[in-house]
Amino acid sequence: MKPRSREDGDEKLAVSLRCHKIVGGCGEGEALVSHEPICFYLTDPKTGLIREKTHELAGRSVANRVLVFPSGKASSVVQIDGLFKLASNNLAPKAMIVRNVETVLVVSAFLARVPLVDRLEKDPFAAIHTGDTVKVDADNAIVTVTRQKI
Amino acid sequence: MNNRMYLTREEEQILGGKFGVGMQKAMELLVAIGDAYDAENMIPVSRAHAASSGQEGDLYFVELLADGGAKCRVPTTTNPVYDLAYFHSMFDIPEGEAEVARRVMEAYKRVGAILSWSCVPYLSENIPLYGETVAFSESSATPYVNSVIGARTNREAAQSALASGVIGKTPKYGLNIRENRKGTFLIDVKASLKDEFDYTLLGYHVGKVVGYGVPVLTGLPKRPSTEELINFCAMSNVSGAISMFHMPGYTIEALTVEEAFRGDHPKDKATITDKELGEDYEELQTATGSIDFVMLGCPHYTLKQLGEVARLLDGRKVHKGISFWACTSATTKALADKTGYTGIIEKAGGRVVVDTCIDEPCWIAYKEKVGMTDSPKCAYYRRFKDVVVSRLQDCVEAAVKGRWG
Repeated sequence: MKPRSREDGDEKLAVSLRCHKIVGGCGEGEALVSHEPICFYLTDPKTGLIREKTHELAGRSVANRVLVFPSGKASSVVQIDGLFKLASNNLAPKAMIVRNVETVLVVSAFLARVPLVDRLEKDPFAAIHTGDTVKVDADNAIVTVTRQKI
Repeated sequence: MNNRMYLTREEEQILGGKFGVGMQKAMELLVAIGDAYDAENMIPVSRAHAASSGQEGDLYFVELLADGGAKCRVPTTTNPVYDLAYFHSMFDIPEGEAEVARRVMEAYKRVGAILSWSCVPYLSENIPLYGETVAFSESSATPYVNSVIGARTNREAAQSALASGVIGKTPKYGLNIRENRKGTFLIDVKASLKDEFDYTLLGYHVGKVVGYGVPVLTGLPKRPSTEELINFCAMSNVSGAISMFHMPGYTIEALTVEEAFRGDHPKDKATITDKELGEDYEELQTATGSIDFVMLGCPHYTLKQLGEVARLLDGRKVHKGISFWACTSATTKALADKTGYTGIIEKAGGRVVVDTCIDEPCWIAYKEKVGMTDSPKCAYYRRFKDVVVSRLQDCVEAAVKGRWG
C-alpha cells in the first residue's frame, strides 16, 4: 500500500445507515451530538444557543445542525413552544436523530417541520460525532454520515 | 425500516386529503405518532381534551385545522387561556399577546371544540367513564382520568389530543394497552396526610422520586378526596411525568398491590414519611414578609374549595393593596355565584376568575411582585418575582394581614 499523501487526508468517508422515519422530510447539516436529553424551551429562540447552564452543550447552538440526542424532556407545552419558536426564526435543527422517542417530541418535530428519525442501525452515539456532515433522508429512511478522513 | 400503521380505507382517504386539509394534517400527526410507537392500527376515542395554552405553537396548529375546515368529531374540551374583555379593564396586556389569545380562542371555536377553558374538565364538562379510550392532554388531567376514573389515555400534547378530537381516533399504543398500565414503582406511604395540601406535597415528592413511571402507593391513612387526588395528579407532574398511578383500594384498576403490579415484583421502592414532606415544604418557603397577591385555583378550584375560601374569608377583609384571586371554571363559578360563595369572597375584596390560569400572560402586571399560593405548580412557572407556597388557610391569613411569616 502506498503511503498516504497529505491530499489523501482531505478525502471524505461516507457511510449510509438505515433508520426509522417518524417525521418525514430531508435535512443536511453539521452534526451536534448531545448525550443528555434536550429541552428546546431552554434554548435562546433568537440564536439557538442552549441556555441550560448545567447542560453538556451549554452555550452551543442547535441552529441548522443535525441534532443527535437520546430523548426530549420537559412538559408538552414548553417543549413544543420552544422548538416552534426556533423554527419560526429559521433556527431549528435541520434534522433530529434520537434514541427514545415520545409523543411530545413527535408533535414538536411535526409542528416545526423538522425531519425526525430513530432506530439507526448502529448506535448513533458511536456512528456520529459532532462536526460530521450528516444527511437525514427521513422519507427514504437513510442517514448518510460523512467524515473528513484525517 | 418502516412498517406503517395499518389504516382503514377511510383513514387513507383522510390522509390523502379527501376530507380537507384540516383533517389531513390531523391524520398526518396521528400517523407520525403511530409510526413512532409501532402502533398496529388506530382505535376510536370517545372524547378529547386539548390543553390549549395560547402560545404560538398552539395557535399554528389549531388555525391549520380550523382554516382547513376540520371539525371535532367527538366532544373536545379546552384548557385555560384568558378572557380578554375581563382583563383589559384591569391590566395592560401587550397587544401581541392579546392578539395570539384572541386568535387561539376563536380558532378553537371554529374547529368545534367545547370552550370549557378548564384544566379539570373531567369534573363537569367532559367526563370519561371506566374503560373508555380518550385523548386527554394537560399533565394533571391525564393521570386523573387514567388512574382515578380508569379511562385510557396517553400523555398527549395539546395538538395530538386535538387531532384525535378531529379524527375521532388515536393510534393504539402505550397506556391504551392494558399490559402497559401496571405498576413500576412501589411507594410505601408512612406520612400522616392530614389535608389537601399534604397530597400536594405527596405528589410533588412522588414525582421527584419516580420521575417517569407508574407508581403504586400503599399505606394511605384514609380514602383520598377528589381534591386531594387532583392535587396529587397536578404536583406529580411538576416534579416528574406520572401519567398513571395506582392507590390500591382507592383507585379503580387495582384492589391490591399485587393486582397493581400484575404479579411482577416491583424493582424500585421508596418510603415517604412526614420528614420528606416537611423538607419539601421548607424548600417552597422562598420568602417572608409583605406580599402583593394571592393566587389560588391551580388546578382550577372545585365548588367545595371555593366554599372553603368563602368560609375562611366570611366577614373579613383582604388587606389593602393585596390582590386576591381564585381561578375556577365557568361551570363551577356559575354554581358558586348561585350558592353565594362568590358574593362572600367579593365582599371580602377577593375575586373569582374563570377561563384562565397562572401560566397565562394576562398576569404580566405582577411580574415584579411577590405572591402566595397553595400550589407548587403555580409557583413553578416563575412568571413573578417570587411565589411562596403554603396551605390555603395560610394564604388567606396572609391576604388579610398583608404579610406572610
